[in-house]
Formats: sequence, C-alpha cells, structure tokens
Amino acid sequence: MTTTDSPPAVPAPAPTRPRRRRSTGDTERGFSRTFRWITTGAGALILATLAAVALFLVARAFPAVTASPAELADAVPRYPDDTSFVAYVGPLVFGTLLAAVLALLLAMPVAMGIALFISHYAPRRLAQVLGALVDLLAAIPSVVYGLWGIAVLAPAVAPVWAWLNQYLGWFPLFAGEASPTARTLATVAVVLAVMILPIITAVSREVFLQTPRLHEEAALALGATRWEMVRTAVLPFGRSGVISAAMLGLGRALGETMAVLMILSPGFLYSFKVFQAAQHQTIAAYIALDFPEASGLAVNALIATGLALFVITLAVNMAARAVVARRKDFSGAN
Amino acid sequence: MSTDTTTPDATERTRALLTTAEPRRRRTDRIMTVLIWGAFVLAMVPLVSLLWTVLFNGAGRISIEFLTYSMRGIFGGDPSGGIYHAVAGTLIITGWATVISVPVGLLVAIYLVEYGRGPLARSVTFFVDVMTGIPSIVAGLFAVSLFTIFFGPGARFGLMGAVALSVLMIPVVVRSCEEMLKLVPNELREASYALGVPKWLTIVRVVLRTSVAGLTTGVLLAVARVIGETAPLLVAVGVTDSINVDAFDGRMMTLPVFIYRQYSQGLATCRDGQADCVADIALQNAWGAALTLIAIVMLLNVVGRLVNRWFAPKLR
Repeated sequence: MTTTDSPPAVPAPAPTRPRRRRSTGDTERGFSRTFRWITTGAGALILATLAAVALFLVARAFPAVTASPAELADAVPRYPDDTSFVAYVGPLVFGTLLAAVLALLLAMPVAMGIALFISHYAPRRLAQVLGALVDLLAAIPSVVYGLWGIAVLAPAVAPVWAWLNQYLGWFPLFAGEASPTARTLATVAVVLAVMILPIITAVSREVFLQTPRLHEEAALALGATRWEMVRTAVLPFGRSGVISAAMLGLGRALGETMAVLMILSPGFLYSFKVFQAAQHQTIAAYIALDFPEASGLAVNALIATGLALFVITLAVNMAARAVVARRKDFSGAN
Repeated sequence: MSTDTTTPDATERTRALLTTAEPRRRRTDRIMTVLIWGAFVLAMVPLVSLLWTVLFNGAGRISIEFLTYSMRGIFGGDPSGGIYHAVAGTLIITGWATVISVPVGLLVAIYLVEYGRGPLARSVTFFVDVMTGIPSIVAGLFAVSLFTIFFGPGARFGLMGAVALSVLMIPVVVRSCEEMLKLVPNELREASYALGVPKWLTIVRVVLRTSVAGLTTGVLLAVARVIGETAPLLVAVGVTDSINVDAFDGRMMTLPVFIYRQYSQGLATCRDGQADCVADIALQNAWGAALTLIAIVMLLNVVGRLVNRWFAPKLR
C-alpha cells in the first residue's frame, strides 16, 4: 500500500480515533496471539485424535459388520458357521469382562489395604519410598508379566486351583475340570490383578491423603481407634475416589493384551469355569493372536472386535472420570 | 467443669477412658492393622518374585555377542545371535514416538494451564483422562487403519508403531507436564509481565525454564511407560530377524515383540549329538531380552527421578 506509485492524496481513514491497541492488545502483542492459537490447536488435536481413532475403527469395521455370515465364515479363521457377527463377538466380550471383573475383585481389597498403608499406616518417612515400590509394578512391561505368569505363577497356583476345584467345586466359578498347567482364566485374573494394583493404589491413596485433617483428629479425639478413624472419617470421604479408581483399574484390565495372550489357553464359550482350560478368550488377546496372519475381511472382523473393546473401555473410563467430580487442585496458575 | 476433673487422679481416669478401648474394638483395630500391612507385603511378593526370576533366568544369556548381533539366519537351537536388531528397533520407534508426543503433549499442557478456560479446556481435560485408558491394542489397530488407507493393506513400518505409541504416550505427557507447570508460582509470571515481557515469551523463558526438571522427569517416565508396549507394535510394525534402522521402510523388531516371538517358538528339536544346539534357546533368549528391557525401563525411571531431585528449582 505504501509503494511509491500509490497516490499521495488518499485521506487517512477515521482520523478522529486516537491510535490505541485493541482491548486485549496489552498481553496479546506480536507472537502472543499466534502462540495462543498454536496451543489451542494442540488441545483441539487431542479431541481430533480421539475422534479419528473412533472414526477409523468404525470405517474399517464396517465391512465386517455388514457382511453375511457365509462370507465371514469363508474369510475369518475359527469363525463358527451360520452365526451373526454379534454371536461371534459375544463370547469374546464375555471372556474380556469376566477376566477383568475377576481381576478387579482380587485387586480391590489388596489395593485398598496398600493405599491405606501408605496414606495412614506406614511410617511417615518410609511412605514415599514404599509408594514408589508399588509404582514399580506399573513400570514392568506386560510381556514380562506374561513370561513370569507362565514360568512362576502358573505352576505355583495350579495346586491351589486344584484344591479349590476339588473341595469347593459346587461353586459355579470353581466347577469343571481343573487344568494341571493352570493356563486358565483364574491365573490370568491373578496376573491382571497384580498389573492393575498400582493404578488403583495411586488414585485411592491420593484421595485418602486429602481427607481433612480435622475429621481424622475429631474421630481420634472421640476415642476412636486408628481403624475406627479410618472407617468413619477416611473411607466415607474417599468413596467416590475409590469407585473411580476401581473403574480405572477395570479399564486397564479390559485392555490388557500380552499377559492374557501368553498365559491363557483359549476357547470361545460362555463359561464360568475359570479353572478349566480352553474356555475363554479376551478381545485384545484374540486380536493380537490373529492379526499378524489376517488379511482381507478377517482384518475388518478383527478391527470390529477391537471397536467393541474400544467402546467398552471408553464407557468404563468416561464413567470413572465422571463419577469423581474433579477437585480443583492447588495450582499456582489460577 | 468442676475442680475435680483437674486433679491428677481424674486426669488419669479420663486419659485411661480415652486411650483404652474395649477389647473387641482393640482386637478389630489390631486385626485391621495386620491386614493392611499384609496387603502391602502381599503386593511386594509378585514384584520381588518377578524381578528375581528375570534376573536369575536372564543374566546367564547376557553377553557382548547377545547385545551386538541380530537373529538373521539363526534357526532352530542355534545358540548364537542376539537382540541388537530388537534393541535398535525399540530405541528408534520409541524415539520417534517421543518426537511426536513431547511437542504435542507439552503444548496441550501449556494450553490447559496458561490459557485453558471454558468448554474446550474442560473437554480436553476430560478426554485426556479418557485417552489414558485406551487399550494399547486399539491404538495399534488405529495406526494400522490410518496408514493402510495411504500405503495399502500390507504396510508395516516403524513409524506406524511410533504413531500407535504416541496415542498412548501423549495423554501421559500432558498429565505430568500439566502438574509440573501448575507448580510454577504465579508471582514469577506476574513479575515477568510487570517487566513488559509478552505472554508467550513469559511462558517459554520463565514458566518452561523454571519447570524444565519436572518436565524432563515427566517425559522420561512417559517413555518408560510406552517402551514396554507389545501389542500395538506386534500389530503395526510386524517382526523381522534382521537389523532395520529405517523407521519409514520395512518391518522392525522391538524388544517386547522379540520376547513374545521367542517365547512362542517353544522348544527347538535337537538331534542326538548335534553340536551347537540348545533345546530351550528361544526361552533363554526371551529371558535375556526381558532382562535387557527391564534394565532399560528401570534406568529411565531412576534417571527421571534423579533429574527431578538434582535440577528442581528451589522455590522456597
């Protein structure tokens, strides 16, 4: 505009207004606006990524969901004849849920104990170190858990499972024929329980530590023993946090692949016999087992089962995050 | 309050009343204390057992040759060969995942702490939390679905795995960086504004510089979290026995996938008197690789925590 060719007689626009920055200008000079847009864009990218995950899975799963049972039976190995896609995914979903729920039932009491131990029972100075030890469990790769489960845990628990099966076999979960190698859902559930301990513990101990000091002291001043103090002041205060922690643990257990893949001897049944081999399979392990060799429609079928897993874990995680009304943490930035 | 209660005798009585519970309550208290200590000890059993097993089974296989050779042309019970290709693949793929995740994660954390107001910030916070719960195999399927659109159904290369790992890593980076940025006191920001420094420069030169130790720790712990992921790499990167350091072309081997493959090979068949044949060599390889992997993960964890301890700014 200010080239030499331009006529010099152009009137200055709106000369009455004094030159001043726009109201937000003071903190938004120069690069600041661009920087704000970059960071906001990064935030939006998170939402876009999650949407893309859902979208791509749906797009790739679509051919399998709409295909006829005959086509699927042709393309997908181990596809039962004359069943709809839902009937094919059903046992996998059942196995996934059963393994995760059993793992959660096993992990929950122990995790509560550890969280209380670190927040209220352990010597103050040791608490942090002991907490870090529990967090180490989360650092160990799942494939190593799988190796350990097969080499150490399965032989160790096989006699326990056999005993439970023999003497408490009337209980539906313990019925059936106990597998001598213990490559069963019960062993998988134990490994999964160990793997989800750290996340449940970490979330619950944060909540327990937030119990108002005055509530605890009031309980003690009324003559409560330490356990009564925990029961009347700490646990009620942390209930929603514990529920959320449990659901986060459940989400982890649902999606765990390698430990299940390496330990479980798979089957495709709706069965509660957790000591018997070749009864169950989880979605994640099923995908990991078959995906490397799959092609064509089989890939779509596997991605469709993955979509089912994604939807389940998404629902569990969103419920977990919504249950706990997010506390406004202390922040230097607000 | 009568004067009686202040006599030593009455004080003793009150104290006795307050400190001694009835036997049943005391018994419950003691039982629960034992159970709570027991829970902690119980959780340590698998940790100790696992670390001991890996060390015991893996240490014998570790040698210079094991760490510097690949498995190219190694068949059956041949006890030569090593994990060099897998270590290289793991480092390259995790490196690319870090290159993708750290800028994105850091920018999101800056957005949430410094700018985030209103519905977008709330939904980003919520969905970052949700994203931490995405199963790793689903992340792998996502990477495959994404890349096969452009490169055809058979595409398998390192960057696909890096993208899958990024989906898992970004929320972890965001979470930890957010916590670290929140620790920077507002006074520092205000002092910077008072000197006329624009906001973006304040963030880059004051906020980030103050929290750089914490950010490094967060990133290292996030790397340690994803370096052991198996399922997404199994699905998205495939397997190979040779060294491949090009993340943009061809399948790569990674340590976790190597462990799984060796484990699933089972026992080799050795003829009688055959030299250079160890029946359970695959299992030994798996344990050796597991020890290497755990050593890398532990190293990252330790370095991460030390960085924070040594370089954290003294705020008070």
